[in-house]
Amino acid sequence: MTPGSIAVVGAAETTRLGKIPDMSVIGLHADAALNAMADAGLKASDIDGVATAGASPVEIAHYLGITPTWADGTAVGGCSFMLHVRHAAAAIAEGLCNTVLITHGESGRSRVGAGGFGRSPSSLMGQFEMPYGVTSPPTMFTIPVLRYLKARGYTVEDLATVSVIQREWAAKNPRASFKDPISVADVLNSPMIAWPFRMLMCCLVTDGGGALILTRAERARDFPQRPVYILGAGESVETPMVSQMEDFTSSKAFRVSGKKAFAEAGIGHADVDHLMIYDAFAHLPLYGLEDLGFCEPGEAAAFIRDRNTAPGGKLPLNTNGGGLSYMHSGMYGMYALQESVRQMRGIAPAQVPGAKISVCHGVGGMFAASGTVIFTNEAP
Amino acid sequence: MDRALPQPTPETQHFWDGCAAQELRLQRCGECQDSYFPPRPFCPKCGSRQVEIYRASGKATLYSYVINHRPRPDMGTEPHSIAVVELAEGPRMMTNIVGCPQTPEALVLDMPLEVTFESFGAITLPFFKPAEA
Ligand SMILES: [Zn+2]
Repeated sequence: MTPGSIAVVGAAETTRLGKIPDMSVIGLHADAALNAMADAGLKASDIDGVATAGASPVEIAHYLGITPTWADGTAVGGCSFMLHVRHAAAAIAEGLCNTVLITHGESGRSRVGAGGFGRSPSSLMGQFEMPYGVTSPPTMFTIPVLRYLKARGYTVEDLATVSVIQREWAAKNPRASFKDPISVADVLNSPMIAWPFRMLMCCLVTDGGGALILTRAERARDFPQRPVYILGAGESVETPMVSQMEDFTSSKAFRVSGKKAFAEAGIGHADVDHLMIYDAFAHLPLYGLEDLGFCEPGEAAAFIRDRNTAPGGKLPLNTNGGGLSYMHSGMYGMYALQESVRQMRGIAPAQVPGAKISVCHGVGGMFAASGTVIFTNEAP
Repeated sequence: MDRALPQPTPETQHFWDGCAAQELRLQRCGECQDSYFPPRPFCPKCGSRQVEIYRASGKATLYSYVINHRPRPDMGTEPHSIAVVELAEGPRMMTNIVGCPQTPEALVLDMPLEVTFESFGAITLPFFKPAEA
């Protein structure tokens, strides 16, 4: 893909977010997809590429009445949609299809029409992790953190500060699940989930969905919304078992994905006006700032504490409130992408004035996978 | 609700047989000498299929952990550790730390540990406990 040659021309979330017990998983996919098609002024017959995770692209294409010439079912967890954007951009550039719909829907809270979390007891995770009491992210994603805190000299207060500042962003967002201000003390007094993680350091569990529509940049001006161009993207995967991460203080998948995206976009860190780092838990923005190269290892906690990522700071981060306060259906990457697109369109509830470049970085599984997309609103 | 027990595969059977015999078994590459985990019939570092199974020392240090406070009836009624230990031979593995209070004060990073085994029907799991001085 030539930087800027592919654009997002449709983007929307489900009509409602939060608790949606009257909609199933596929219904949430469809609601988001129909909203994104309306946003772009397109019908299903105009779409010829489909990508999704959590459901099969076959299910989504048939349910919506799309006949694709390209389909992608890459499912590597919550950052799958970043990978879909990258794959779709390459597919459109190659001429495999012209207009791609990427959908997400998840009944994370209500569990309507949702599959189970089960993993085979003969998988490597099933044999060498599950017997010890891990089954859900709060006891898996958190495992490397005590080592990370010790290596970096960070504290639980540093984790809590991430939650506090993201709540400041959420307070500006009418659609955020949690908007009331919180203090470090509030976070440290919230119920213990898995030492050292308290409830307010963990993401929400909600229902919702989102969808994106991509096409060639030269067509993008014909659409009703301000085009958002893809400057660069990256992806990588590391290990399905968090216990086997190469380095507990740094994600290899983050480093590889981020480096690829920045190289393709041809930008430096000083060019970035807005940043999204998938925050399933409070440690992820710290890892992300370091592994993407915004901070030296050991400097991320002070960078956040000094309000660089807070409202008014020089690097606004997770401006929708993030998975910690906005919403988190399970595969949150789609909502991070939506916020980057809103910021580039200039319509975000907590709009960063004059923002021209947004970096959107996702994680999949427990540091298992990563995807990074760099957007701009300046025509190539 | 019972503990989620592993279902061995042909590639991992030797590990679980070892646990049943109170031995922690690792694999080592015959070409680059790299010790690795989890089990597989080739070296993840160099790709050689010339690998051997050997009995590890059972010594380890506490690398990282959480103490789960969420209800897990299969894991008992009290908060319990879920840990990653670094084996003396190099590889890391997930386990539970047993034989000590499940508190941050008792579970100190880098503390020396040693393997211990507990059987659950046909499966024996390796756990780690504080090493005796
Ligand atoms: Zn080897």
